[in-house]
Amino acid sequence: MATKRTSPTGSPGRRVALDGILVALALIFSYAETLIPFNFGVPGIKLGLANLVVLLGLTFLPALDVFLISMVRILLSSLLFGNVMSLWYSLAGGLLSFAAMYLLTKREGYSLVGISMTGGVLHNIGQVITAAIVVRTLQLTWYLPVLLVAGLVTGAIVGTVATLLVPRVRKALQRYS
Amino acid sequence: MKKKDLIIAAVVLLLAGILALAFRFSGGEAAGSVRVKVDGKVVGTYFLSEEQRIPFDTKYGHNLLVIEDGEAYMAESDCPDHYCEEQGRISKTGETIVCLPHRLVAEAASGTEADIDVVAK
Repeated sequence: MATKRTSPTGSPGRRVALDGILVALALIFSYAETLIPFNFGVPGIKLGLANLVVLLGLTFLPALDVFLISMVRILLSSLLFGNVMSLWYSLAGGLLSFAAMYLLTKREGYSLVGISMTGGVLHNIGQVITAAIVVRTLQLTWYLPVLLVAGLVTGAIVGTVATLLVPRVRKALQRYS
Repeated sequence: MKKKDLIIAAVVLLLAGILALAFRFSGGEAAGSVRVKVDGKVVGTYFLSEEQRIPFDTKYGHNLLVIEDGEAYMAESDCPDHYCEEQGRISKTGETIVCLPHRLVAEAASGTEADIDVVAK
């Protein structure tokens, strides 16, 4: 992916407004996931819809904005729909997956699907590491193979949706800039 | 999807497969006991040969571990997600039931280890 981005962030006010709207959008995705149990036959697996915002953000916006949107979303969704522990799980998953996805956008040859799959897998790895620290046992690694595959599948689904959205979002951004 | 995307998928699947195989061959003999840890500290070891109902009331909450027919399972938990109750029955070494909100881990262990534990008490 090209590092040069079409900047829809003209004035500082416009940038804050757009980022705010995207935080709200990501928050709604998080909320929708708490309502609809996407059952993959494995407890605790989520689709990761909020990652749609990160993927499209990394396509169109400066990385810093996307990072802040993601962090604010995690903080707010933990406060609203979770608890103190879920904040640590989400944060570990969010930071690890963001770092990986950001690095891949800097490299050539990866599509949004590949980037999203990496994000999904790294998100789950982050959560297992946090869980292993919380219960101070390495036994949780039993669950790791399942979570790796789950991250790959959910990442591919979200990445495919993001790919379909890219041309539409580009059009919308051009219309309003 | 591009070629490099497929490489990512292949690497992850390979890793998951290797891990799954490693776990399958590293344990799996019939276990003799269940070791329960809270916060990483062993709070008790129980024989699978004895039918029993063991309550755990910690500062994190309540759990009830039941041992019957040589298998252990989590019968009750007042945690919010109840995943531990869905994790099924354990009876082979290395198998675990984890209740994350209560920081409780029940792990099936070989009987001989448990024997030593009992003697050491």
